Amino acid sequence: MPRAHKYDVIVVGAGGAGLMAARYAAQNKDVKVAVISKLYPTRSHTGAAQGGVGAALGNVSEDHPEWHAFDTVKGGDYLTDQDVAETFAHEVVDAVYELEHMGLPFSRTPEGRIAQRKFGGHTREFGKSAVERACYAADRTGHMILQTLYQQSIKDQVTFFNEFHVLDLVLEDGSARGVVAYELATGEIHVFHAKATIIATGGNGRMFKVTSNAHALTGDLMSIVYRRGLPIEDPEFYQFHPTGLYKIGVLLTEGARGEGGILRNKDGERFMERYAPSIKDLAPRDMVSRAMYLEIQEGRGVGPDGDYIHLDLTHIDAEIIEERLPDITEFARIYLGVDPIKEPVPVQPTAHYAMGGIPTTIDTQVVADGEGTVVPGLYAAGEVACASLHGANRLGTNSLGDLIVFGRRAGIEAAKYAARVDYEPMPAGVDERAREELERIRAASGSERAAHIRKELQDTMMDNASVFRTEATLAKQVEILADLRERYKQVSVEDDGQVFNTELMEVVELGFLLDNAEQLVYAARNRTESRGAHSREDHQDRDDDRWLEHTMVYRNDDGSVRVGAKPVTLGKYEPKPRVY
Amino acid sequence: MDATTPAAGTSAPPPGLDTMNVTVKIKRYDPEKDARAYWAEYRLDVRPTDRVLDVLNQIKWEMDGSLSYRRSCAHGVCGSDAMLINGVNRLACKLLVRDLGSSIAVEPIRGLEVVKDLIVDMEPFFDSYKSVLPYFVNDDPEPARERLQSPEDREIFDESTKCILCAACTTSCPVFWTNGNYVGPAAIVNAHRFIFDSRDQATDERLAALNQPSGLWRCRTAYNCTEACPRDIPITKQIEEVKRALLWRQA
Ligand SMILES: Cc1cc2nc3c(=O)[nH]c(=O)nc-3n(C[C@H](O)[C@H](O)[C@H](O)COP(=O)(O)OP(=O)(O)OC[C@H]3O[C@@H](n4cnc5c(N)ncnc54)[C@H](O)[C@@H]3O)c2cc1C
Ligand code: FES
Repeated sequence: MPRAHKYDVIVVGAGGAGLMAARYAAQNKDVKVAVISKLYPTRSHTGAAQGGVGAALGNVSEDHPEWHAFDTVKGGDYLTDQDVAETFAHEVVDAVYELEHMGLPFSRTPEGRIAQRKFGGHTREFGKSAVERACYAADRTGHMILQTLYQQSIKDQVTFFNEFHVLDLVLEDGSARGVVAYELATGEIHVFHAKATIIATGGNGRMFKVTSNAHALTGDLMSIVYRRGLPIEDPEFYQFHPTGLYKIGVLLTEGARGEGGILRNKDGERFMERYAPSIKDLAPRDMVSRAMYLEIQEGRGVGPDGDYIHLDLTHIDAEIIEERLPDITEFARIYLGVDPIKEPVPVQPTAHYAMGGIPTTIDTQVVADGEGTVVPGLYAAGEVACASLHGANRLGTNSLGDLIVFGRRAGIEAAKYAARVDYEPMPAGVDERAREELERIRAASGSERAAHIRKELQDTMMDNASVFRTEATLAKQVEILADLRERYKQVSVEDDGQVFNTELMEVVELGFLLDNAEQLVYAARNRTESRGAHSREDHQDRDDDRWLEHTMVYRNDDGSVRVGAKPVTLGKYEPKPRVY
Repeated sequence: MDATTPAAGTSAPPPGLDTMNVTVKIKRYDPEKDARAYWAEYRLDVRPTDRVLDVLNQIKWEMDGSLSYRRSCAHGVCGSDAMLINGVNRLACKLLVRDLGSSIAVEPIRGLEVVKDLIVDMEPFFDSYKSVLPYFVNDDPEPARERLQSPEDREIFDESTKCILCAACTTSCPVFWTNGNYVGPAAIVNAHRFIFDSRDQATDERLAALNQPSGLWRCRTAYNCTEACPRDIPITKQIEEVKRALLWRQA
């Protein structure tokens, strides 16, 4: 028998989005809330975010939410839903003040206000020049957000189930009834019955070889809802951040370029001047990553293999670097043995952020199809969700903003819903599927190792489906994925224990990653245009007549994949060519 | 346990000029199988630039899947993987093989109950942390915009905001080893974080919480915590500052 629990609202995930959702759900005194997380909350990857959270406070120079909304839409290559961008740009201002009221230790201007700096794609007066919009706490903004929200959750006495790994979603007759989770410390299965379930489980960057994402970011819930027949929106739009440490992918924030850092090729040339004459190194990430790849392809990469680019901070005052970018300076010193104050840092694009995810309304309700049919009792927020704020390419600092704006909305909406409805019945045996999957893996006697399949997945996704794609590479990747999926069935585990069987969980996570890769590759193959982070060498232009629509990827009952669409919410910003 | 070499064609680096052979001793314990902990030894080829975490992963992925430890971010920001490595508390993801040489010994951090291999029960650590009111308190009506704070006032508690709750400091403290009830350096750092924040109003309560028999005064300034901190927080100095704040209030 599974251990049973009952809460009005269950939040899955304890990063920025999950903690914000829990805080707001719990403010509704009529509902009982619990948070389930496979990591201890403070281990969540929100803590790795560096550069800042974008909000038009205007503390350093004039700024307006309107400008922020425009930049977000243009940065998203017009695939952003414009109502979402407008709401976001206005609400994020209050949300940032609210973090400050919770004690978040932002860096300060000389006047004592929240400090702000420049970031890629954020401009004044609809694209004129870069504006200081990123509110920051040195290069530890995400750490401060995560710590502050966790601290407040202690104050608010939030109930946590830490180191509980969610394996399944209970979806009966089209409505969500809770989740099934595996307790890492004991190996027990638990069923959580809920009126409303909020998914806030973060990204899936571990499907790529070079990534800024934590080991834990394996897209679990993007896979789980997909297995339950729900769609994933826009998975082909996956962001590569220009400045990952060479080979290991650890991120160096765009804030480094915001403070004046310059990208240089092997000739020392500031090549971004050629690609984005007005904002240069602060062009949006998709453009900078492509420019770096092109420089490398054309023989202007740095190093013995000519396969990286230099991030040059040496002309910046050493004191500014130590004060505003201390952590990334340390990363370069430790992991590459390079001191950014004295020499340029070898960097390469690193897999960073999923623009797509579980489709939601502006109120974070999960939708089941291209018509926007809502799944009762199911909500999603944060990187796992797609509202769609980021469209085809996210601007830096807009994810932390997304967490606090839509995490808050999810908490409020889910609690309102839970206070209004009764529990739907929880059928017996909802834990069977998860149990059988674990039994199958434990009993398997094949000779495959999860690590080998994962490595092949990561290598081939990098080769065939990363910054540049073609029909040929994607078709090849479809075949590779089918083969890896077959081999996955042969994976066996050595650890037959119940206590912290981390090997078993890594196998489960690999299964989730394979699904995430499938979603991305099918969607990318389907979209025969280039837009934002999705760049097809065989279809280099954006095609608004055919493709100004969201992708919706479904898995059919027989295991085949179906790709559908969902309309984009347009608004006052007419799609225009994206030049900077 | 026998020494083993990794399988070919895997995430292990090919043996060659830029690899080295290391011997890794790991203190292992599986509560479902072992009466007590024992040392297991592994020999493998790694790159000098590999993190100790990469080495543990290589062992887990290629040699023995049952090896268990916590990890997530892999670059020293999430606090999952504090371990006793060659006798000192370190984050496995923030320490490179080339800084250790060819023999590496890894044990769980001390003073917390071992659950399995390198995984310890962190609950007592977090309970101590929670006991110092580690959250911002200010009951004044909230201003429409931010509360003001000068860069100088912000600087006073900057170092203590860096804590990632990895427990490297607390579990390196000899006082904590002999008295598991001692609130420990990590909790004091997190109290410091708020005591010296010009916007906070709960200093009295926090100092009262620290002024308990198992509180602040147990510290014998051994400096182990300061040396162990992977975030370079000057912990001993901060503990002294909190002690002074308490004496000042009492006077
Ligand atoms: C290095 C780095 C730097 C960044 N810098 C910035 C920046 O400066 N500005 C910006 O706006 N954005 C930045 N981003 C992006 C941003 O930080 C992330 O998109 C965001 O933090 C994701 O938050 P989240 O709450 O959605 O998920 P996360 O913080 O990743 O949390 C996910 C949670 O879900 C839980 N979980 C996952 N799967 C399961 C499961 N199966 N069962 C139970 N629990 C589960 C985890 O335990 C965790 O608690 C950065 C990202 C990275 C990687
Ligand atoms: S894995 Fe996050 S600190 Fe080491």
